[in-house]
Amino acid sequence: MLEVAGLTVSYGPIEAVREISLRVTEGTVVSLVGPNGAGKSTTLNALSGVVPAARGRILFQGRDITHLSPHQRVSQGIVQIPEGRLVLAGMTVRENLEMGAYRRPASEFKAGIAAVEARFPILAERRNALAGTLSGGEQQMLAIARGLMARPKLLLLDEPSLGLAPLLVKTIFDIVGELRSGGQTILLVEQNARQALLVSSHAYVMENGKIVLEGPAQQLMSDPAVISTYLGQALDAPASVA
Amino acid sequence: MNLLAQQLVNGLFIGSVYGLFAVGYTLVFGVLDILNLAHAAVFTLGGLVALWLVQTAGMSIWLAFPLATLFAGLLGLLLNQVAFAPLRKRADSQFSGLISSIAMAIIFEAVAMGLFGARSVRFPQGTVSVHIWHIAGVTITSLQVGIVLVAALLMVVLTLFIQRTRIGKAIRAVAESERAAMLLGVNVNGIIASTFLISSALGGAAGILYGLYFDALAPDMGRSIELKGLAVIILGGMGSIPGAILGGLAFGLSEVLTVAITGTSNLRDAVAFTVLFAILLIRPSGLLGRGKMREA
Ligand SMILES: Nc1ncnc2c1ncn2[C@@H]1O[C@H](COP(=O)(O)OP(=O)(O)O)[C@@H](O)[C@H]1O
Ligand SMILES: [Mg+2]
Repeated sequence: MLEVAGLTVSYGPIEAVREISLRVTEGTVVSLVGPNGAGKSTTLNALSGVVPAARGRILFQGRDITHLSPHQRVSQGIVQIPEGRLVLAGMTVRENLEMGAYRRPASEFKAGIAAVEARFPILAERRNALAGTLSGGEQQMLAIARGLMARPKLLLLDEPSLGLAPLLVKTIFDIVGELRSGGQTILLVEQNARQALLVSSHAYVMENGKIVLEGPAQQLMSDPAVISTYLGQALDAPASVA
Repeated sequence: MNLLAQQLVNGLFIGSVYGLFAVGYTLVFGVLDILNLAHAAVFTLGGLVALWLVQTAGMSIWLAFPLATLFAGLLGLLLNQVAFAPLRKRADSQFSGLISSIAMAIIFEAVAMGLFGARSVRFPQGTVSVHIWHIAGVTITSLQVGIVLVAALLMVVLTLFIQRTRIGKAIRAVAESERAAMLLGVNVNGIIASTFLISSALGGAAGILYGLYFDALAPDMGRSIELKGLAVIILGGMGSIPGAILGGLAFGLSEVLTVAITGTSNLRDAVAFTVLFAILLIRPSGLLGRGKMREA
């Protein structure tokens, strides 16, 4: 579905992402893990068109989208739920969801709202509240629901568990698991590598702007080098997500 | 007592024009955090173009008004394209945009001077048929009522547009976060251009109403409203549309009340601006400002 070849992104003289190549197959969850500052968000932003690609090509469903503008990519079905959520704080929950469906035909709207409100009852409850008054966890739910309103073909999820309490982290990964079961294609960025690998079929490890390792998630999880470097010492901890 | 009542009514009329001028001003500020200092020049050109359409092209004011308003809106697109869009990627775009908008104001004013001359001009007699009513000792003309109605209608339509429509919501989204709006699929550059179109159209409409109200138009008439408009949007709370409407009325009323109380117009502007400072002492973010203050 997505194929990235030799992508380089620079901020002025700094190359934050260097010559990376990756692939996401339709209907799978692929994760991109690595330490803070590795270039994960930059990669997603290049896929969304928010930052330009200095070199390389991005193919989506066989089409070269390297030079499309961000809103054209949303129309194509590439939707990012950004790090830090970026909810529209001064707009209501309902209006945030409406903005999620900005590129969708109005006829879909009712069914779309009904579906996300069924999945996230808290958003139905707080429909008319300003998004800025929601708790961090609720804002993350809203950000995910808003992304789903766009009916993504490819969902780019940037650190959805960042800054959340452990119970909420579990909720978020449960949602990712549910989306995967529903056939949603996802490119998941996480620092929480263990949890990310558990919901993914394939994974890329990024460091200093480069992809240093890749493989089936299962295989990476049992690789002693990966465990010691990226998953920490908690290798015997029971998996909280099946 | 009647003089006071009369002045209050006059304050309402002029305040509605200030409000209309200020909503356009504050709209661009709310979206871009940039002051468009050419807004007053668009106001002037709107009025002068309407005058030209009536006087030279022989149109009725009912046709000239929407055409000149549209023309002012197109000036807004030009402003965005020439003075703001090229600077948007710069880190200092707020300051550089301010300067380039001053440059555009100077150019617009020079164009107005070249086309219409430096003298004060007025709409021909009979442009609007004027009825005069005396109600409880207060004189009201149909022109004044028309001005308030048109200004109020435009402000209500704008408010509903921003609150309810798809484009209105996109404008608010861009105002909150360009990056978030972009990721949601909003064509941010298009929305910014639309914002300038709407803002300048409203500014031009205010210029036409102002010219009709005072029965005088001049290439430098924007100067008289420029500072007041700024005061009104600061008073109302930067970026707040209802705040600009309220601020316009408050400013218009405090002006005429000063005249009524002191019996002279010498102190009019001084007192109006003093009221501004007094309100800002109590509410630093303005009447309806969001209260977002810079940390000390
Ligand atoms: N807007 C920006 N301007 C300049 N440098 C940036 C910008 N955004 C990120 N960077 C730099 O690019 C590198 C990668 O950042 P990022 O993609 O956010 O990493 P990650 O998401 O993996 O934590 C970091 O060194 C960061 O400082
Ligand atoms: Mg990041």
